[in-house]
Amino acid sequence: MTKTALLALLIAGSVTLAGSASMAEMVKYKVENDGIKASLTGKAGDVKNGRKVAINRKKGNCLACHASKHIKDQLFHGEIGPELDGASERYSEAELRLRLVNAQMVNEDTMMPAFYKNTGLTRVRKKFIGKTILTAQEIEDVLAFLKTLK
Amino acid sequence: MTKYKTIKTARSAIALLGMAVFASSATSSAMADKMDDYKVGDIHSGYVYTAPSTRAMQDDDFENPAFLMVEKGEALWSKPGPNGKSCASCHENPEEDMKGVSATYPKYDPKTKKMMTIEQKINREIVEKTGGKKVKWEKGVMPALSVFIGLQSRGMPMNVKIDGEAAPFYEKGKKFYYTRRGQLNIACKHCHEDYAGKHIRADLLSQGMANGFPAYRLKWQKVGSLHRRFRGCNKNIRAEPYKQGAEEYVNLELYVKSRGNGLKMEIPAVRR
Ligand code: HEC
Ligand code: HEC
Ligand code: HEC
Repeated sequence: MTKTALLALLIAGSVTLAGSASMAEMVKYKVENDGIKASLTGKAGDVKNGRKVAINRKKGNCLACHASKHIKDQLFHGEIGPELDGASERYSEAELRLRLVNAQMVNEDTMMPAFYKNTGLTRVRKKFIGKTILTAQEIEDVLAFLKTLK
Repeated sequence: MTKYKTIKTARSAIALLGMAVFASSATSSAMADKMDDYKVGDIHSGYVYTAPSTRAMQDDDFENPAFLMVEKGEALWSKPGPNGKSCASCHENPEEDMKGVSATYPKYDPKTKKMMTIEQKINREIVEKTGGKKVKWEKGVMPALSVFIGLQSRGMPMNVKIDGEAAPFYEKGKKFYYTRRGQLNIACKHCHEDYAGKHIRADLLSQGMANGFPAYRLKWQKVGSLHRRFRGCNKNIRAEPYKQGAEEYVNLELYVKSRGNGLKMEIPAVRR
């Protein structure tokens, strides 16, 4: 094998590896009554990790658009969507899960990104093609965290 | 030389004017009056949403870092190209000859049967009239000339034509504006139409008007084109950006500018 071919293979390999976490098969889910009842992973969400994912600008970045009185350690909360506090009192767990997975299924015109969707998108930057913003478990983790924001 | 003088005098007159406004800004009505200059009905320039300290930089030509580009552009104006001709050979008095020009671009170009931005027109003049080579958009000659030419429209209403031959390009630009893009799947209209005036994290969303571009951005630490700004807005939503001058962005520019028709030109604006 020539050196260039080997290099190409190596590069291809590392690209696949980098993308593998979210390239993994999409979890199928069922939408009923304006919600998704079952956990996407069958596992409970992790509140601590959910907080991290929600705050992380490269992950949930929820504070770009939402505010919360419970996340005081972060400066500059957004004003686009409603306050996150109390959302779990306004909506059931199933309804919240659908809003995180794909809020556009609830409101077609919403600005809120669909956090668990990887098709039907336009001109996605190359390094994000085929990937969801959050993994299925991260959706469950953020959901668990949301439920603590009273 | 005399030209330099005229521009410098004009600049200090403007600076004085700026100070006068500043001095009276203690009264809120003076402030409101001043802001009215940056609005046409419900259409607001990005200036309205800009922090006071950034506005102050724009208000004072001596504080506005983009004026280094203005001076560079003015010097380039009379620098001969490979064929011995300079811009000044044919446009002897740029303050008059280029007055209002930037406010009408992008314009329909019968040669390519497409819309043409001011940068593309400048490049064509460099190649066809001075025998030079095309230049890149973001450094050196282009920002200097585009800002220098743009300044000659300052205070005049933006006025792009969208009917006739421009109409199909306007439609394409409009479609771009309302199309969701990127992994975040957001359209221009979500940020700049639905939520203008709201904070997205630390940024106060404006209506995304184009009357100040090319502009000096503090984040860039330099003057950048409108298409560079488009690229940033595309990348933020994880959408693949287009290159400066791509037809998609030229059409988008036409549409975005048409949304602000009537706003006073502010080149070179200062933005965060
Ligand atoms: C780009 C902006 C944006 C981002 C980022 C965003 N949201 Fe939203 N969100 C909205 C908007 C706008 C609404 C209002 C509902 C609508 O438009 O239909 C909303 C609604 C909601 C609701 C329903 C709240 C209610 O009371 O109606 C919840 C819960 C929610 N978002 C949670 C989140 C979480 C958690 C994250 C981060 C993982 C997040 N959002 C990220 C824009 C955003
Ligand atoms: C996720 C939100 C978002 C989206 C989507 C978005 N922008 Fe922006 N845009 C911003 C922010 C933030 C700024 C800087 C603050 C401001 O002027 O709004 C900005 C600034 C601009 C400016 C400069 C305005 C000025 O006066 O300095 C223009 C022009 C612009 N955007 C056009 C667009 C266009 C065209 C699109 C669609 C291709 C777009 N934006 C999509 C967030 C967005
Ligand atoms: C040989 C003479 C000549 C030279 C040299 C020349 N131009 Fe021109 N320019 C013209 C003529 C004639 C027009 C009008 C017809 C056209 O658009 O081609 C024009 C038009 C323009 C326009 C468009 C004006 C409008 O109303 O749309 C711009 C901008 C411009 N020139 C800039 C420049 C710049 C910048 C240079 C130097 C790099 C330059 N020109 C050099 C002759 C010249």
